[in-house]
Amino acid sequence: MAGTNQHVVIATVELSKRFDHFTALDRLNLNVVRGLIFGLLGPNGAGKSTAIKILTTLLEASSGSATVAGFDVAADPVEVRRRIGYVPQLLSADGALTATENLNLSARLQGLRGAERAARVSEALAFAGLEDAAGKLVKTYSGGMVRRLEIAQATLHYPEVLFLDEPTLGLDPVARRTVWERLLQLRQDKGMTILITTHDMEEADILCDELAILHQGRLAVVGKPAELKAQVGPEANLGDVFAHFSGAVIEHGGHYRDVRESREAFRGRG
Amino acid sequence: MLNFIYESAAVVDAEVRKLMRDPTELLSRAVQPVLWLAVFGQVFSQVRGIPTGNLRYLDYMAPGILAQSILFSAIFYGIAVIWERDLGIVHKLLVTPAHRSALVLGKAVAAGLRGLVQAAVVYLVAIALEVNIRWELLPMLTVASGVFIGSCIFSTFSLLIACIVKTRERFMGIGQVLTMPLFFASNALYPLDLMPAWLKAIAVFNPLTYLVDVLRGAMIVGGKSLHASSTSFGVMLLVFAVMLALASRLYPGLAR
Repeated sequence: MAGTNQHVVIATVELSKRFDHFTALDRLNLNVVRGLIFGLLGPNGAGKSTAIKILTTLLEASSGSATVAGFDVAADPVEVRRRIGYVPQLLSADGALTATENLNLSARLQGLRGAERAARVSEALAFAGLEDAAGKLVKTYSGGMVRRLEIAQATLHYPEVLFLDEPTLGLDPVARRTVWERLLQLRQDKGMTILITTHDMEEADILCDELAILHQGRLAVVGKPAELKAQVGPEANLGDVFAHFSGAVIEHGGHYRDVRESREAFRGRG
Repeated sequence: MLNFIYESAAVVDAEVRKLMRDPTELLSRAVQPVLWLAVFGQVFSQVRGIPTGNLRYLDYMAPGILAQSILFSAIFYGIAVIWERDLGIVHKLLVTPAHRSALVLGKAVAAGLRGLVQAAVVYLVAIALEVNIRWELLPMLTVASGVFIGSCIFSTFSLLIACIVKTRERFMGIGQVLTMPLFFASNALYPLDLMPAWLKAIAVFNPLTYLVDVLRGAMIVGGKSLHASSTSFGVMLLVFAVMLALASRLYPGLAR
């Protein structure tokens, strides 16, 4: 175990990532305490997804270091992977498989076997509220059902830390609320630490115990939502906080690539 | 080791389930061998322009067409992998503690099983065209093993290309560019002896040549292999091992 403080479950030190001449993440220093829902906010290109990819071992940092659940992401990536769950931005459950089959695949790759695997899959289906649709192909599901399935997939091995990259993007208000309920339930029942990136200020306000705003790859500010609002002004909301610290008005359209990928993902699901 | 097998089996299971739900792809892939055997093969049987010993040209080319259908089917496997990347499925697999090589091997084995179904379709076409097929157990097992390993090689090669190009558009272009030279620089349609020296030199390094050689000896009555089966299988297994090692190294790059 590399961690020095048992309460800090995610720690980055001067974490940087450069792509040729572009710096996506610039000397990020962050500490996330166990059991929190931590929000990573920032405009497109601020470095949120890059940070998540490094913390989930999908991408190597150019410099600096990061530990997750006490293990260095560069030195002990497999140990990190045993202790995390990840829900990517796109709806990524396999549409050509049923919910049960998707869950079984994840469970097997997490090393769960036999009766334990069957029990966890059943539990995950119940958690996602998909028992009645368990045998249907995922491509017939609504966006909200897919998201619930993905959260169940990412948590059936009881990870210490759950990473979610814009989990409610493209969902209707009812589906969004259901996703929020599931995340709050995970924190309450399992004591899971959750790191979430979002553009949605309502989501950040309702869900997050603590927030960090990234701007051009750098940490602009970190704190509890109420503290951040108080720093900006007596009537300030999180949108004001976001604009104040990132210097940006929230843009819902996203970049061309984000929009194209989202549309392709939905189209691929039929 | 047990974990490795367990992880590979999980990927195979998921892939086979998907294959069983989409039989249309298998049927559409059967069109090309039908055309080659029924049109090209029957016409060239009349011409007698290619010396094939005592074999009818249709019999001679049937193993080559089986190998070609395996190649063409497996080489576009990378498209599915790029699609999985675009959806985020690859990212999700790579965040599990599973061995990267187990994930790649699982996909290769699934492609091998798909190849066996493909081979059954080509056999049906060959039977309809009265190709002289060997029905003894050992030759049939040899054909099945060759088809399986050949599919593993070409699907892993395809995955390797997908890891490098990363987009469907680029992959389609490269896939087309690679398949025809691989096919023509092999003994699928004509004996190696007919090739100019430079093409023969390329054919020696082409795994499709060894696959066709195995199939020609085991699939057809009177068919002869140039190399011993152990040599051809040895070369194919070596090529597959190299492909697997390279693909396992590059596969995580799909998520970057």
